[in-house]
Amino acid sequence: MSSPETQPMGGTPYAVVVGLEVHVQLKTNTKLFCRCPTTFGQPPNTQTCPVCLGLPGSLPVMNRHAFELSMKTALALNCTIPYFTKWDRKNYFYPDLPKGYQTSQFDLPMSEHGHLNIFSENDEFADKQIRILRAHLEEDAGKSMHDEAAGVADSRIDLNRTGTPLLEIVSEPDMRSAAEAKAYLQELRLILLYLGVSDCNMQEGSLRCDANVNLHIDTPAGTIATPIVEIKNMNSFRAVQRGIEFEVGRQYTLWQKDKQVLGDMPKQTRGWDEGAQVTRAQREKEESSDYRYFPCPDLVPVVVTDEEIQAMQQQIGTLPASLRKQLLDDHQLTAHTSAVIVNQGLGFADYFLALATAIDDSRLAGNWMQGEVLRILNEQEQTIQQFKLSAAELGELLKFIQSGDLDNSKAKDVFAVMIESGQSAADVMAELGIEKVDSSQLEELCQRLVDNNPKIVADVQSGNPKAVGALIGQARKENSNVDPGQVRQICLALIEKL
Amino acid sequence: MSIISKSATQQREMLRTGELTSVELTTAYLEQIKSRESAVKAFVHLDEQQALDAAQQIDTRRAAGEPLGDLAGIPVAVKDNLCSEGVPTTCASKILSGFIPPYDATVVAKLKTADAILIGRTNMDEFAMGSSTENSSIQVTSNPWNLQCIPGGSSGGSAACIAAGFAPLALGSDTGGSIRQPAALCGIVGLKPSYGRVSRYGLVAFASSLDQIGPMTGNVEDAALLLQVLAGHDSHDSTSADVTVDGYVENVTQPLSGLTLGVVDEHYGDGLEAEIKSSVEEAIRVYESLGATIKHIEMPHASYGIATYYIIAPCEASSNLARFDGAHYGHRADPSTSDQTSTSEDALTRMYRSSRAAGFGDEVKRRIMLGTYALSEGYYDAFYLKALKVRRLIRQDYDNAFKDVDLLIGPVTACSAFKQGEKTADPMAMYMEDLFTVTANLAGVAGISIPCGLTDAGLPIGVQLQSAPFQEDKLLRAAYMFQHATDWHQRRPEF
Ligand SMILES: [Zn+2]
Repeated sequence: MSSPETQPMGGTPYAVVVGLEVHVQLKTNTKLFCRCPTTFGQPPNTQTCPVCLGLPGSLPVMNRHAFELSMKTALALNCTIPYFTKWDRKNYFYPDLPKGYQTSQFDLPMSEHGHLNIFSENDEFADKQIRILRAHLEEDAGKSMHDEAAGVADSRIDLNRTGTPLLEIVSEPDMRSAAEAKAYLQELRLILLYLGVSDCNMQEGSLRCDANVNLHIDTPAGTIATPIVEIKNMNSFRAVQRGIEFEVGRQYTLWQKDKQVLGDMPKQTRGWDEGAQVTRAQREKEESSDYRYFPCPDLVPVVVTDEEIQAMQQQIGTLPASLRKQLLDDHQLTAHTSAVIVNQGLGFADYFLALATAIDDSRLAGNWMQGEVLRILNEQEQTIQQFKLSAAELGELLKFIQSGDLDNSKAKDVFAVMIESGQSAADVMAELGIEKVDSSQLEELCQRLVDNNPKIVADVQSGNPKAVGALIGQARKENSNVDPGQVRQICLALIEKL
Repeated sequence: MSIISKSATQQREMLRTGELTSVELTTAYLEQIKSRESAVKAFVHLDEQQALDAAQQIDTRRAAGEPLGDLAGIPVAVKDNLCSEGVPTTCASKILSGFIPPYDATVVAKLKTADAILIGRTNMDEFAMGSSTENSSIQVTSNPWNLQCIPGGSSGGSAACIAAGFAPLALGSDTGGSIRQPAALCGIVGLKPSYGRVSRYGLVAFASSLDQIGPMTGNVEDAALLLQVLAGHDSHDSTSADVTVDGYVENVTQPLSGLTLGVVDEHYGDGLEAEIKSSVEEAIRVYESLGATIKHIEMPHASYGIATYYIIAPCEASSNLARFDGAHYGHRADPSTSDQTSTSEDALTRMYRSSRAAGFGDEVKRRIMLGTYALSEGYYDAFYLKALKVRRLIRQDYDNAFKDVDLLIGPVTACSAFKQGEKTADPMAMYMEDLFTVTANLAGVAGISIPCGLTDAGLPIGVQLQSAPFQEDKLLRAAYMFQHATDWHQRRPEF
């Protein structure tokens, strides 16, 4: 057991223990066991057929593509893929479950024993590996809008979502804080996005996270564990962090009062109330403790070969961790810049790599990516794929900075016009009359300004270097192409020599 | 000789040559139904007008020289657990009252493609759970050989329908004997194909790993004719096998030479009625006279068949029948009038409980409870898992047997048709009806029941042949050899 990390004011030290169950909707065109489309946001009950409606007599047939996406994900999470996996029925009654059971995987999941590395951008915790117990494939349920007060007659059920492939990824209880849990979820999401297997939209429910939380408290009689609570309904990363933080505090306070330990009560489910920022006890599903799992007799087991596993391994492509390492080691970016680029997704990172290669300067490319490019994408609510300039076109602009033809602030002006008009950097510069001022011309201008402004020179000499700003202003008035930084440097040097 | 006493195979030829029209044929069956159905009650739903319209269309198309399907113009009755688009499908259960499927079962679609005339839906034990068709929530079907007797079950409606001359062909389903047992008790031919031979898509599931759809007919050639249409892989059913379908129709009349039949001595124990025993022994002698060799073989695990079956089938059923909850289709209890004595349950649970309490009959409830219990935490290993192990051993018994013999031969049932109500209070006695049939379902092998005698009381006796999986061709040919040498299949009840 890990050492306690928290020492409450005047209280008993404890460690937080968190495990996450993440449900990911896989990006297939059709459902897991029928050929209905999985399109989100369609009118209720229009994406259905006898199979996903659970009509009498209908039978499931597995969507191989969903299985392949699961395999790809599991391999990226360092899981092993057994050669044999089967389907089981999880039996329970609920209106959004038209068959009265969910087809899932119980004792022989399609993957197990993986891991994922997490790190903190602001040093909240040390880098660590979170073990993944298993990842298994199952079908999603429908949605019920159930008005308890109005009774049964007012319930509405939408079965469009029923049968959408879901990958359930279960971690070991290896996280020791809400921050670690959030980092795990963010890293997992990033991996899924890099793999292209899911939209990972927490608001639309294509990524759902439940947290199992309890405390290990040091007492004079030894370490005790508080009863495990499962938190549901956390619909954002922030909610996951807040929900766990709240639950930690609640469990600690409750333990001080009732001294209940693990095993004293069944596992409790609590829902996160975003408005009130608290967790609340949820109504237990009727006799949900015994799902009477048994092998689904309507589906044949899935057999996987080494060849298939190897082929899938080759389709994984770049993952966030290896890209991060590449940006730090090969491109010498700061941890912050590389994190910003990696977090924007694979397309953004590819753009960066192309840009850095084009101008042979990773630092400059990185600064522009995390600065101007990201600003425009956010302003215009675009993805990098929709961005107006190609890496080559932006590279042309940055080459003018490298050659000294443009200073950074002018380059931003040119960039703005390029975004607006789609013209090349050279064309925009010509249109704006921007050209390089050669050094002798610049020296001559500065000398003239120093000579003609004795009052300002005196001011600078008397210990006010800021006064040189007035000279810069005059220089720009005479020639808008001068680089203000260079003017400052030259003028100050001339005054020094006086 | 009336047209309805001819085989479908003969009728098909007469339709082809123009000697007979489908309207004439369909009308003849409808007239027989009109005069005798009130005594038999084989149908739960009759499609008289649609059948005549369809027959008319076939005749028109035939007259126009259009190509027609393999069952063109021939009436077929369908067991009420096979979905047919737009036609009520109830499984003889109140819980499916008012349910009209929006899709066709694969076998129904195949019948339509074959241009068969779908004449009506036959009675059955509720959700195919039973051996007498008395568990129907709609009506009790009588055995045309003796109207006081049951026709067997669960495909009792289809069996009675063939015996009474209401249709030449019918579909049944067999989970533990539900085609073969009623076929034996009604003196007709009933074939349970190997598991995976016929698609189950659209068959309302009782026990998915045991259910198979098969033909129920007046003779062996007609069983071959109907199986030819039904058999084959279906992309809608993962458990349907991608195994070549033999030319059953073409081959059925070809006798097998060097046939070896296996006899399981345990089948001839105390429970077997003397008249059945002697008829089956006589059937074995007929085969010997046709050149077959008889070998005595052992099936050491066969005696666990019933126990194994009554774990596995209810387990699967308890899950398969969970969908009948009143929320989506079929019977829903009105929560305001239903029992509200339990204060702890919410409106939803009350709706589930009261809908299922009112919608299911006693036998269905009994099996749901058995299955739910056997799958529960702490009991799973002792019941379900153990049953699966025994099932594998039974399959091994068959595998070993078929190394030595081509087919197994034995009784279908221990006794002939019994009186209505005689066994309804004794579920165990009813379960024993499946004694000689369940092992074929557990092992996934094929079995056929063919008429081989009559009791002194004038009730039919059947003999069963079983083959290794996907050997239906051999099974049908062997059955035809017996039929060709005897005339039991030509006997029809007078009622
Ligand atoms: Zn569907």
